[in-house]
Amino acid sequence: MATITVQVNGKSHAVDVEARTLLVELLREHLRLTGTHVGCDTSQCGACTVWVDGKSVKSCTMLAAEAAGAAVTTIEGLAHNGTLHPMQAAFNTCHGLQCGFCTPGMVMSATELVQRNPSPSEDDVRHWLEGNLCRCTGYHNIVKSVLSAAEAMRGGAQ
Amino acid sequence: MSGQGMGASVTRKEDRRFLLGKGKYTDDLVLPNQTWAVFVRSPHAHAAIRKIDASQALKAPGVLAVLTGEDVAADELGSIPCGWTIKNKDGSTMVAPPHPALALGKARHAGDPVAMVIAETKAQAKDAAQLVVVDYDPLPAVAHLSAAVREGAPVVWDEAPGNVCFDWHLGDAAATDAAFAQADRVVKIDLTNNRVVPNAIEPRAANGHYDDVDGRYTLYTTSQNPHLIRLLCGAFTLKVPEHKLRVVAPDVGGGFGSKIFHYAEELLVLWASKRVGRPIKWTAERSESFLSDAHGRDHISHGELALDADGKFIGLRVSTLANMGAYLSTFAPAIPTYLYATLLSGPYAIPAIYAEVKAIFTHTVPVDAVRGAGRPEASYLLERLVDKAARETSADRVELRRKNFIRTDQFPYQTAVALQYDVGDYHSTLDMALKAIDYPKLADRKAASKARGKLRGFGISTYIEACGIAPSALVGALGAGAGLYEAATVRVHPTGSVTVFTGSHSHGQGHETTFAQLVVEKLGVPIENVEVVHGDTDRIPFGMGTYGSRSAAVGGSALVKAMDKIVDKGKKIAAHLLEASVADVEFADGKYRVAGTDREKTFGEVAFAAYVPHNYPIETVEPGLEDSAFYDPKNFTFPAGCHCVEVEVDPETGVVEVVDVAIADDVGVIINPMIVDGQAHGGLAHGIGQALYEEAVYDAEGQLLSGSFLNYTMPRAADLPNFKVGNHVTACTHNPTGIKGVGEVGAIGVPPAVINAVLDALAPVGVTHIDMPATPEKVWRAIRAAGGGAA
Repeated sequence: MATITVQVNGKSHAVDVEARTLLVELLREHLRLTGTHVGCDTSQCGACTVWVDGKSVKSCTMLAAEAAGAAVTTIEGLAHNGTLHPMQAAFNTCHGLQCGFCTPGMVMSATELVQRNPSPSEDDVRHWLEGNLCRCTGYHNIVKSVLSAAEAMRGGAQ
Repeated sequence: MSGQGMGASVTRKEDRRFLLGKGKYTDDLVLPNQTWAVFVRSPHAHAAIRKIDASQALKAPGVLAVLTGEDVAADELGSIPCGWTIKNKDGSTMVAPPHPALALGKARHAGDPVAMVIAETKAQAKDAAQLVVVDYDPLPAVAHLSAAVREGAPVVWDEAPGNVCFDWHLGDAAATDAAFAQADRVVKIDLTNNRVVPNAIEPRAANGHYDDVDGRYTLYTTSQNPHLIRLLCGAFTLKVPEHKLRVVAPDVGGGFGSKIFHYAEELLVLWASKRVGRPIKWTAERSESFLSDAHGRDHISHGELALDADGKFIGLRVSTLANMGAYLSTFAPAIPTYLYATLLSGPYAIPAIYAEVKAIFTHTVPVDAVRGAGRPEASYLLERLVDKAARETSADRVELRRKNFIRTDQFPYQTAVALQYDVGDYHSTLDMALKAIDYPKLADRKAASKARGKLRGFGISTYIEACGIAPSALVGALGAGAGLYEAATVRVHPTGSVTVFTGSHSHGQGHETTFAQLVVEKLGVPIENVEVVHGDTDRIPFGMGTYGSRSAAVGGSALVKAMDKIVDKGKKIAAHLLEASVADVEFADGKYRVAGTDREKTFGEVAFAAYVPHNYPIETVEPGLEDSAFYDPKNFTFPAGCHCVEVEVDPETGVVEVVDVAIADDVGVIINPMIVDGQAHGGLAHGIGQALYEEAVYDAEGQLLSGSFLNYTMPRAADLPNFKVGNHVTACTHNPTGIKGVGEVGAIGVPPAVINAVLDALAPVGVTHIDMPATPEKVWRAIRAAGGGAA
């Protein structure tokens, strides 16, 4: 056991973790932030995607100890005072989610894409999301959501 | 209530909690005093279990118990039952072997659970599971259908010689023989329907708790039908009366059939929680899901289509082997029989059909319903056969279909395989889909692809499905152990807001929105004043759950029936308040009005009067405004349509790219077009996945080679195009909503369209057959074998 300090959604936490504890276990089990999901054991599905220091990371593939001193953002940290982030809002208006299980990872990953590339093409979106699996939507409306959010985020930046 | 009722693309009420990360899935729940379970699973496909030594595991930190099949037997837990019994051709009953929750004596598939380790933390349980020493004596195993039916094959169950679970048939053999005797042409096909893994992105999980104060069990589980699990647990496995067992299926992250069934793990966490005196939680890891969730499909079929000189279909003969796996899952025997052979007429008028199905045990994970369940296998066989018939008789594949469709003036249409289709319009959906994909310009697109070194192919499939399952008396006569109605309760609150309690279960379908839209339409209540509750046996009167595209058609109909009772009672209250006769009171747009006058009471005013009955017809009408209904369907519903696909094949690599998909479905009356389109999209991805990417590959010894997302190819965003989805509505004639169902259309309709497109693309190089999935390797080899492409 070691005590690490990690900032999650703007709040600092000192947590005792085992060396083998994964970042996703730290989030879900220690901090009870259960919006981040685990859908596989081979880093394929991306349901556990969070941001570590602003970059999207599969939290099942990173040790909690590696996040010591880092700033982590989870799906719970994306909305501000109950107002959905434009990406979250676009998933709602474009029906980009069905069962909701892959959604947190999709939203976190897609938001980083738009932050990096404010005007992604449909092809850019489809390739960027290759690390996130969805079984419900056929991706059609996820892609539509991301493109719609990108437009909204461009508007918001002006 | 314009803009929120039937036909409105209302954004979903349930989205907000999911988007904020506030969904409540089974694994999110931690109960006070929570403990964890991890299962020790057989690494062998077939092995005698000589001894299980748990002594080291029991000494490991945090371990509370290690339980085995002997403990299950000692406590007399019931065998996990199969809910459907099939009769053999000779009238005898299928072989239904026992299915102990933990293997006893023998393990029969890789992944069969043999011991359960319970500890204070998941990590401790996982560590200790590695210390359980199981002395196996590996035995010969058989995984593939073709091997399992061979003389001298290893036997899964002694009571099932030749590994035959049942040998069943449907249709008129003599009439079919007579049709073939008169045939001008007979077209034959041999094909497989590849085995698939359902892979909902949320792995299965269960959390069981026994409360020794009130002697009551609670199970939180990833289920599509919590009441069914309560029924099976209560009556067959755990053997406790229903009032002592609560089953909650909270937010569930996709099902696709795999979360219908009663699984060992949910039974075991309940049972063991009483033994250890604490709640026990288990969550599958993905590789564990591959070895424990029921798989789908896995058929080998031979089909023959007889045509007369005019190209009319006059007879169909089908023989199928269906893999059951090692144990019979809950609905397994129904899938390759009543959900498969009954659909073999497709949208065509075929006067004589005969189908034989042999279900075969193998040393593999049980096989049961996966999205479509039997109907994809039927449409795949038929649509491949029809395309082959077009090629072999030099007929146009579109015209051949058109010529053989059941016409709109032929409904109701009795097929040769037991079903009676109530309504449909197959010509219109065909025309719509062809227009959407711009079929007349196909030759130009083929030429453009060719100029880029690609082979372009067009594929079509005209399919039908039977869903909205199902009339209870009918399925009972066919071997079902349960009824297939649905229940709903409508509670109108004193100020006129409404809570709906439905037996349907939403695990992505959006019932909290669509069922609320039914209420808006019927009662005129704004959608924000409607709450839809599902998934908890303590809150819902009863329910059969969600599968077979039945929620809106059956659950929605139950809801409408319950609301009819509310409206009728409200009329009596309103008549009293308005001093009119009940017969003169009309209800529309949320208002009770005396016909032909402007005297009216709002729905809210009537609700308030029902709960504050000061001025009230108390002698004849009870206070309160709440009612329930059960709806038992009169028939299946029959969604149908046409799916068109264009692919480009790279002849150098064998890579198939789906470049266009245009579909036109008739799913009956639509509540929410946005959600209906979304259901079609998901089904299409699932169906394209089966056609091009997905396959549960077992080696000859019964090891699952594609047992994780590393080697089982799930369709990804970049693998798929945007989908063109259209609808042409004919309303279901026998339910109050006109709804047919949409959840499975993509998975049923599109796989044959994809393969027909691949074969169309490969026709110029001489390839005439390919099995799913059409992987690059398979396509590349087929091109080379046909002598095409570079050496």
